[in-house]
Amino acid sequence: MAEETHLSATKDIDEKIAWAEINSDVLRSMENPRMGYWLAVVVSICMLMVGVASEVYQYNVGMGPAQLNNPHMWDLYISTFVFWIGMSHSGTLLSAILHLFHADWRKPIYRFAEAMTTFSLMTALVFPIIHLGRVWNMHWVIPYYSDRGIWPNFRSPLVWDAFAITTYLTGSVLFLYIGMIPDLAICRDNAIGWRKRLYTFMSVGWRGDDRQWRNFRKTYLLMACFLIPLAVSVHSIVAADFAMAIMPGWHVTSFPPYFVSGALYSGCAAIITLFVLLRYFFKFEQYMTLPILDKTCKLTFAIAMVWSYLNLIEFASVWYGHDIPAKEVLIAKFTGPYSPFFLGMLFCGSVLPFTLAFEKIRRNPMLLLPISIFLNVGMWLERYMIVAPTLSLAYHPWSWDVMWPGWVEWGIVFGSFGWFGLLFLIFVKVFPSVSMYEVKEMVYHRRRVVYEDAELRAHEYKKGASGASSAAPATEGS
Amino acid sequence: MSLVRNFIEDWSRYRRSIDEGGFHEYEHMWGMVIDLDKCTGCNACSVACYAENNLAVVGEDKFENGQGMHWMRIERYWDEPNIGNERVRDTQEHGASFMPMMCQQCNSATCEPVCPVSAAYHTPDGLNAQIYNRCVGSRYCANNCPYRLRYFNFFSYYEDSWPSPLDMQLNPDITVRDKGVMEKCTFCVQRIRSTKNAAKMEDRQVVDGEVQTACQQTCPTSAIVFGDLLDHESDVHKLWHKHQTRLGTTKQKKDNPELRGYRLYEQLNTEPSVTYLERVRDV
Repeated sequence: MAEETHLSATKDIDEKIAWAEINSDVLRSMENPRMGYWLAVVVSICMLMVGVASEVYQYNVGMGPAQLNNPHMWDLYISTFVFWIGMSHSGTLLSAILHLFHADWRKPIYRFAEAMTTFSLMTALVFPIIHLGRVWNMHWVIPYYSDRGIWPNFRSPLVWDAFAITTYLTGSVLFLYIGMIPDLAICRDNAIGWRKRLYTFMSVGWRGDDRQWRNFRKTYLLMACFLIPLAVSVHSIVAADFAMAIMPGWHVTSFPPYFVSGALYSGCAAIITLFVLLRYFFKFEQYMTLPILDKTCKLTFAIAMVWSYLNLIEFASVWYGHDIPAKEVLIAKFTGPYSPFFLGMLFCGSVLPFTLAFEKIRRNPMLLLPISIFLNVGMWLERYMIVAPTLSLAYHPWSWDVMWPGWVEWGIVFGSFGWFGLLFLIFVKVFPSVSMYEVKEMVYHRRRVVYEDAELRAHEYKKGASGASSAAPATEGS
Repeated sequence: MSLVRNFIEDWSRYRRSIDEGGFHEYEHMWGMVIDLDKCTGCNACSVACYAENNLAVVGEDKFENGQGMHWMRIERYWDEPNIGNERVRDTQEHGASFMPMMCQQCNSATCEPVCPVSAAYHTPDGLNAQIYNRCVGSRYCANNCPYRLRYFNFFSYYEDSWPSPLDMQLNPDITVRDKGVMEKCTFCVQRIRSTKNAAKMEDRQVVDGEVQTACQQTCPTSAIVFGDLLDHESDVHKLWHKHQTRLGTTKQKKDNPELRGYRLYEQLNTEPSVTYLERVRDV
């Protein structure tokens, strides 16, 4: 028994799992999850209700109860919008970039990461809409043929946003769906009732013959290549919302890479959170193994360091530059009324990830759950610290002011988490959240291709180097 | 060939100096001069603006929240009393400085390119117009305005701003705005329009001094001068010329340090149409 736990601690996946077992385990997850799943559903619905109530109130009364005022025309809505857009990037990182790099460990976890991409984009899309003063006219941002011959202003970054987000949403939904077709066929063969009808429709006649697999591979690869530049451009365009403005602290050339790295960072942290939760809800201990969690944490750590570096670049370029108002804003962020948030962001974003440098923590789901949540709190604060201090301390001294968001804003931000959670939880219940065919590929690869187990060797070597005299017992297993 | 010709024509249009209106085809170029030396900070201009433009009175609470709708506002800056002094003084040495602020009608405005629906646009009159019907309320323009001169209807103010008999005093020439719409000083565009229409009916040009903004009309010390900058005989053009304030520059160069004209945040290259004349002090 001790040997097995040892094995599961070093291998991404156990090669002894039978293929039928993979099928049955994943299909079971769609039938009877743990109690925690239903609890999460109830919590999400409650949060969503709060958000809906706040939005209904705001729709009727106006933007006033959100405590927006003359210098602070944007606040939590836009910062939370950027947060959710950022969250959507790591799904593409896992499913597309790591696919091109042939990083096999992504296979059991990319499906839910990709779902997270889609649903966080859908959550993000809500924010620019509800932050409009006149929501009922939101379609004017989209170029459609109107009798009045009026087009949107193509110079405005908000219009670019509308294009970028809808394109990315379409792309990621397609990517998610295409990658799921072979699995939907498995579901179709094992389902009854409405599920049978749904999967039959969605699996588009997948029989699993050679031609289908060949086309499938090509399409998947093409979509992956298509999605990567799209993901980078989406967040660069969101960064352009700020970088194209002339406000001190926004007018920064390094914003697009800074935003993209922050996006990947918060997304990876969210993947860790959902990894731990799904692993518990659906009893996926065999597939979402600790070594995979370990690798995700390493990736998060690396991205966190990139983000911290870009942060330093931004500070340095402002500090040594000649833009006096921007310097004032930077000083105010460190010392002014926003300093608790700003220092909290620096702590959660740049100091806390150093806990991921320890292997013990990287393999401890119970510890990683709060850590990853706090990483995301830090990333949310980052977005808030981009939006609010600049508006508080822009050029004109007469309008310098500090504001605290009103209850409507908090309610809608709170509700967005419920909206995201509900969509995500419904998805993982209706569709296979672990990719069955790719886990099978992984198992096959382990069984037939990897004769020399490099990871196991590395582990033995480490044990030997640390002074343990006994030989590693694991070699018998292979 | 016509493509090339069009390109060359357009290019010369874009290369035109902003003194002549830049790439805009201006009929007029409304501008203003505010003499801070004459301003007493009496706030009459602000009151006149409320009356003329149907500005909502939002009440004390909302005003303190920064949700007020004063298109024309008098900003008050106290002198720093403690610089160089050991003891904090109770009284201000110079008193307050006043700064009447309204939309600067920038010729390369930062609010215009960022509006997603082109509700903020530039008129052939050199004005920075806001189309209330087109506005969706994204508030990007207000965020990008370095002067913070755009005001947003956070509530449906009309519901309780003018209780029953008071709604009779609303100006019929201008709309009452509902919630979710951005608004700002228009240089009293309704007066400009009616004067232009009258001049057109009589088949003549608009004469200098014919259009008066509400703030200019009300100012007891005549600190505000308004007119067409393209009309070289107008008072406003003469004042700009006299104080050597020029369009198309980020820093005013003057022969004589006693010339007082400057524009706000010129270094941002927004090309505002309002010149302020510095206040002169004895000390």
